[in-house]
Amino acid sequence: MSILSLFVIIPVLMIVALLLVCKGINSIRLVMVLGAVVLIVLVIILTILFFHERSISNAKMLFVSSIKWYSPLNISYTVGIDGVSILMLILSVIVMSTGILSSWNINNMEKEYFLWYCILLIGVFGFFISIDLFTMFLFYEIALIPMYLLIGLWGTGNKEYSAMKLTLMLMGGSVFIMFGIIGIYHTSGSITMNILEIAKLYIPMGYQRWFFLSTFLGFGILSALFPFHTWSPDGHASAPTAVSMLHAGVLMKLGGYGCFRVAIYLLPEAAHELSWIFLILTSIGVIYGAFNAVVQTDLKYINAYSSVSHCGLVLFAILIMNQTAMTGAIMQMLSHGLTTSLFFALIGSIYNRMHTRNIKEIGGIMKIMPFLSVCYVIAGLTSLGLPGLSGFISEMTIFVGAFQYSDLFHRVLTIVTCCSIVISAVYILRTIGKILYGEIIQKQHIVNLKDATWYEKTSVICLIIAIIFIGIYPSVPSEMISTSLIFFLQK
Amino acid sequence: MNFSNFFLYIQQEIRLVFLIVILFLYDIFSPKVGRIFFTKIVLIGFTIITILNFLSCFTIFGKIFGGMYITSPLTTFVKNILNIATLLVFLQSNKWLSSKDMVLKQGEFYIIMLISLLGMYLMISAENFMILYIGMEMATVPLACLVTFNKYQRKSAEAGVKYILISGFSSGLMLFGLSFLYGSLGSFYFSNINLNTIASPLEILGFIFFFSSLGLKLSLVPFHLWTADVYEGAPTSVTAYLSVVSKGTAVFTLIFVLYKVFGHIELIWHNILWVLSVLTIILGNLFAIHQKDIKRFFAFSSISQAGYILLGIIAGTTQGMTSTIFYVLIYLFSNLAVFGVIAIVEYQTNGDTRIKVFNGLYQSNPKLALVMMFALFSLGGIPPFSGFFSKFFIFMAAIEREQYILVFIALLNTVISLYYYLLIIKIMFLEKKEKNILKCYKVDIYNRFNLLICTIGIFIIGFLSIIYEYIETLSFGIL
Repeated sequence: MSILSLFVIIPVLMIVALLLVCKGINSIRLVMVLGAVVLIVLVIILTILFFHERSISNAKMLFVSSIKWYSPLNISYTVGIDGVSILMLILSVIVMSTGILSSWNINNMEKEYFLWYCILLIGVFGFFISIDLFTMFLFYEIALIPMYLLIGLWGTGNKEYSAMKLTLMLMGGSVFIMFGIIGIYHTSGSITMNILEIAKLYIPMGYQRWFFLSTFLGFGILSALFPFHTWSPDGHASAPTAVSMLHAGVLMKLGGYGCFRVAIYLLPEAAHELSWIFLILTSIGVIYGAFNAVVQTDLKYINAYSSVSHCGLVLFAILIMNQTAMTGAIMQMLSHGLTTSLFFALIGSIYNRMHTRNIKEIGGIMKIMPFLSVCYVIAGLTSLGLPGLSGFISEMTIFVGAFQYSDLFHRVLTIVTCCSIVISAVYILRTIGKILYGEIIQKQHIVNLKDATWYEKTSVICLIIAIIFIGIYPSVPSEMISTSLIFFLQK
Repeated sequence: MNFSNFFLYIQQEIRLVFLIVILFLYDIFSPKVGRIFFTKIVLIGFTIITILNFLSCFTIFGKIFGGMYITSPLTTFVKNILNIATLLVFLQSNKWLSSKDMVLKQGEFYIIMLISLLGMYLMISAENFMILYIGMEMATVPLACLVTFNKYQRKSAEAGVKYILISGFSSGLMLFGLSFLYGSLGSFYFSNINLNTIASPLEILGFIFFFSSLGLKLSLVPFHLWTADVYEGAPTSVTAYLSVVSKGTAVFTLIFVLYKVFGHIELIWHNILWVLSVLTIILGNLFAIHQKDIKRFFAFSSISQAGYILLGIIAGTTQGMTSTIFYVLIYLFSNLAVFGVIAIVEYQTNGDTRIKVFNGLYQSNPKLALVMMFALFSLGGIPPFSGFFSKFFIFMAAIEREQYILVFIALLNTVISLYYYLLIIKIMFLEKKEKNILKCYKVDIYNRFNLLICTIGIFIIGFLSIIYEYIETLSFGIL
């Protein structure tokens, strides 16, 4: 049993504990916090071990362990990590622990809420650690389905519609993924579903094209690829705070990671040939998402469309397929994950106090809730790419990578995509100006509101520290990524 | 003939007949007071039979009745699957049977159902079309009695008439087809037909008629029109039996006959199955969306499930065979869990089976709602429930035969099916119930046990690869 499997086992134990032991809200919180602490410790130990292992071994994946599962079908439970997956694990652990703090005051069916939350965690962690196509897909779907009830039961607004839309669109995506991975496994003639083994084999070009389109589209839907992004604004707007955080912060990364790990890695020839289709779509998505965010009035919608824009950038960078841009893509996943969770956490806090997310009804809260407002400014600045924060690093790396192509097509698309930075400045500064510094609306109701409580402060500060760390000291993650990418691009 | 072997090979059937006779005698001679023990006797007896079957005969292989009847580890295993399903149906029907106007008819119910099961045994073990036909009649005629068991209810009586007419029609079709086959090949033995077949038009015609008759049992799409009415009208336990045991038997028989008898003309039935499978999945799904009655809803859901099962048969490899049997096994637990819940809710609402009844079930009966949700997710193919594994394996098997388009269509349809399963979940979890009708339903111990077994099945069969591997070792035999 490898250390990696603990990431799946601990959420399972949390579920068991919730089911058997917990009676009141306090014991539920205790279990969740305890689980989060264990996971944090685990991920720190894992990172240290990873650096140690990496220095002595140059295997593609470290900590690989495999258990035969369905031997007639060559399915096994195989886990392993490289620099990219460990960064994703770190991101997930940060976002999930802050998410637990953000759902501190949930007051309706707490036990069920956290049960579904734990199932979501199983899916997320399992997906990032597994390198077997079957288990990867298994965990992928486990991560998707709790969203339906999490949004449907604990959400706000038009929640039933959004939950159904989100679930069906993502499940539609997973249909394409399933088609792709079964096809990849079959046509490669592999005798195992292990990604590393399949990558060594050649899949006939005629098949590769179809499977590339299929898998990239499937994973792309989860990453809000342009014409299929419509689930994201509705879903994020209706979801409860912690679920929005986890969904935008981590789950959308599943899509990017899957494109990277399956679509591009296993089908490189088709990826080179057909990347233009998705490059066009993602560039449209980046610009379209940004423009859409400009005209929205609901804070969550603004953030959701900005997610569409930023996740489009991730896919765009993955499709550029050179070392620099791909490093940027992973950095952008981290940066976007942290920023957007920070945004959603803050929006959740503001909504809990003001009971509205409409920017027309909010104004001047800098004077009333200075802590939340300052953090909101930091989040905004990260999102628009201020140097010293993580957003700048990732976007810079992506565009440097993208400009390395000198043909007209890539140039044009890169320039178009670059424009999104300007547009994001427009929507972020507009929002900040309006809600933080504008005049106070609904005075008598608003002046008595309290600033952040301790759990809100903790969760927000954790996220900000992570953002600043990447912004100031990007060489640590970028080296972890690039050592993994060398193997990746060598194939 | 060696008689020791004779009894060895049909020991399962003998045990079943023995139980039927005992029940029959008990039904006649027991005093009125003793009838409350009826269920217990049936359950104990049937459980013992099932356990004995599991223990005793996994290695027995042989033919009797001059080669007309085969017993192999595969048939034994398949019959055991049916046994488990029947046992679960008995568990969930107890509450209904102990109601006032049913209590005197308990004996009939159990005996008729077991006789029908015996017929299904014959169908599965047949190596000769005569035995197959006898088995089919023996299975369907008692079933028609069961469908009309609530005979003072208009719907049940109507369903019974429909079912007996349809099964009469289906037997007619089968006999017609068999007469063609016999006319051109001069034999009813599977092995003879398989050896001599030259795919002449007459034989193909015979095959088509035969296949249509099984299609009626399986409720594939052009033959599905009876399904919703009969499922709706029949008592819920009987619906469960129809949708799981009867359908399962039809699947197993279809597999055995297709490969044992028509293996040579695979190209012909391959295309037929392809078209039927697509039609079945799509139409089943589309009709299910608009249903207002939960039993009709699951009738259409089970039609589309039959379409997925065909995918495994089309694959035609060992893997296809294995995944088909595996699929039926998991479908059994999921569907029986669903019908167990429906039976409870129906009993509490005096036979009201509209979907509306389930409004806010999670508030009043969280456990029932959860079991229902697990079962629905399993039917829809959502991990970590077993349904995900069986669906995935069926699709893998079909891709193995390069059926990319078919698999793609089927996969897209899983989203549609997920949509209507989510509708039920939405009704149970998200809709609110008015306060005054909020009450917790009492569930009897038998049905609790049934739901427990089903839930365990839904949760763990997928993770226990040993079951799949065991079925695979069995399936090598028939190809």
